[in-house]
Amino acid sequence: MVKVEFLGPIGKAPVEMEAKTLADVADKLKEDGTVKEWLPKCAVALNDTMVSDLNTPLKDGDRISVLPPVCGG
Amino acid sequence: MELYNGPLDVKEIFGRWLDEEAESNYGAYIPFVGTIRAEDGIEALSFDIYEPVLRNWFDAWQQRAKERGAVVKMAHSIGDVPVHTSSYVSAVFSPKRRVALELIEEFVEDFKANAPIWKYDVKNGERIYAEDRSTPMDGSGLLA
Repeated sequence: MVKVEFLGPIGKAPVEMEAKTLADVADKLKEDGTVKEWLPKCAVALNDTMVSDLNTPLKDGDRISVLPPVCGG
Repeated sequence: MELYNGPLDVKEIFGRWLDEEAESNYGAYIPFVGTIRAEDGIEALSFDIYEPVLRNWFDAWQQRAKERGAVVKMAHSIGDVPVHTSSYVSAVFSPKRRVALELIEEFVEDFKANAPIWKYDVKNGERIYAEDRSTPMDGSGLLA
């Protein structure tokens, strides 16, 4: 199982799911109406490191963070 | 990198940073202050931060600065920050001015684009995500 957390204004509780790659996570999140609209503008971190490859393999206990558009300062 | 609940004590932070580097032989110290402006009827801005990714982002910048003989520092607020107070300060120290002038611009611009911080307007005590002023981070859309 991996854990997916939704940061900042997304305002959704973390979910756990079975996934072998980030592509599996993407497929499952696209089924969730409240999250789907956020996905085109969100970046992704795996265990707090930013990632850019959907083929990134996942292992049990991995933590995936979904980061919506930012505005610090 | 320093994080505080509420507005920053700008004078204390800049004074302390100056003291920290007093003997480091840097010829240039360029500070930047972000102050909350009164506009659109807001009482304050409010901030969420994801600290682990922010620390990684900042550590990478410290390394980039080090390669140019410079040091970057920053402090940011968490939670509500009233108008006319400050939520963000940063600074670059370098041996000569040119590197510091270039780095402060690159650092502050990348901060706006890629630091994992979310901003909300506070109106009538309610937090409203500042969506129209927010920027998707590099690599956004991966899961879409």
